[in-house]
Amino acid sequence: MWPTPVEWQIVRFTLAVCALSTLLIFPFGLAVAWPLARRRWPGKLFVETLVTLPLVLPPVATGLLLLKFFSLRSGVGRFLHQHLGIDVVFSWRAVVAAAAVMSFPLLVRSARVGFQSVNQRLEQIARTLGAGDARVFFTITLPLASRGIGAGIVLAFARAVGEFGATIVVAGNIPGKTTTLSLEIFEAVQLGHDASAYRLLIVCVIIAFGAVWLSELLMKRSALR
Amino acid sequence: MKLEIRQLSLRLERFTLEANVDLHNARTGIFGPSGSGKTSLLETIAGLRKPEMASIALDNQSFESTAQNYSLPIRLRRIGYVPQDDSLFPHLSVRHNLLYGGNGKSKDRTLSFEHVTSFLEITSLLDRHVQSLSRGENQRIVIARALLSAPRLLLLDEPLTALDAKLKDAILEQLGSLHREFGIPMLYVTHDPKEAIEICEEILMLESGKIIARGSPRELLA
Repeated sequence: MWPTPVEWQIVRFTLAVCALSTLLIFPFGLAVAWPLARRRWPGKLFVETLVTLPLVLPPVATGLLLLKFFSLRSGVGRFLHQHLGIDVVFSWRAVVAAAAVMSFPLLVRSARVGFQSVNQRLEQIARTLGAGDARVFFTITLPLASRGIGAGIVLAFARAVGEFGATIVVAGNIPGKTTTLSLEIFEAVQLGHDASAYRLLIVCVIIAFGAVWLSELLMKRSALR
Repeated sequence: MKLEIRQLSLRLERFTLEANVDLHNARTGIFGPSGSGKTSLLETIAGLRKPEMASIALDNQSFESTAQNYSLPIRLRRIGYVPQDDSLFPHLSVRHNLLYGGNGKSKDRTLSFEHVTSFLEITSLLDRHVQSLSRGENQRIVIARALLSAPRLLLLDEPLTALDAKLKDAILEQLGSLHREFGIPMLYVTHDPKEAIEICEEILMLESGKIIARGSPRELLA
């Protein structure tokens, strides 16, 4: 019943790449969520739509876009290979990239709700007390939006753990290199290794349940503020 | 204190707020019924609202000049603003709220942390969380926080609204002696004649966005 060492290795790898992808999208998520929550600007609807796109596009299609984006035939892929010696496609970096792109909309949406829930009156009061924009943001806005942002981080992480379609296209399923929990479950089912599939399924359920529960808790507390 | 408000025009939902007035008294009241534009006037002085047209200056420092397309940032105005709604930062303790606008080590000893907190009788509340405070405690802390930012002008927007009569009297006494104690001029918004008479040397009566009378509160309200 207990996962084998190889399965544990897959669980650790999955958690590590998902944590890294969540960490990478965090500053960008806030940078997108804040103007979406607070400002009116031309092109806002376009950006809103673009950010939400990975939620509605088939993950395999998103994976194909990533594959094109990072392939050596594209400008970005070639630049990374030639100048930094980095190959993204079919490496752990591709797993991170797929997880990041697929979970980005969830972080942005929750963080946006978090920013919208902050009473702007308090920011104005902080300004009358001599605080500049940066101080207001870091001492008032961010702490008061933190539960919404926290919920977004948890949801993004959980989405990254469950990512399959984009990952298999851009990273493949290379044992010991790009195999994640979802890919391993798929592989185990294909090969008829039911016991392994169910062991990993239980791990997935525990992670997903914990993440969604924590996210709901944070959002509820955020709404109470 | 010399507060000059010239050619102010601010479009509100039901009327346009207009003012053309110089204020010199240290304790000036803005008196009028609810919805007459009192709060909007204070918010415009504080920089929280942008008027269509205005020239506002405090002690010859320009706050707002629409003719010159100039607006002094809110944080540089040094205005102590006490709104009527809850304005304490809910994620900070009372102490950290008080220290937000200043470090409590003002060169002016009358505005030291110890003096302000003891004058407003909030010393015992410093380590409390703001959500555990009563309405009266809340308002006294908001006033103390504004004072500790060492403002050049205090704007008090109906600070006693929603307090019961007994508590109102206690805080009214403190507000009445605020200027004598700290030497900071104040603009006090109210629709209560008793508050205006006890606190203000002079009042402006506002109705539908227009100043309809100006004078001593005893003469105008008795």
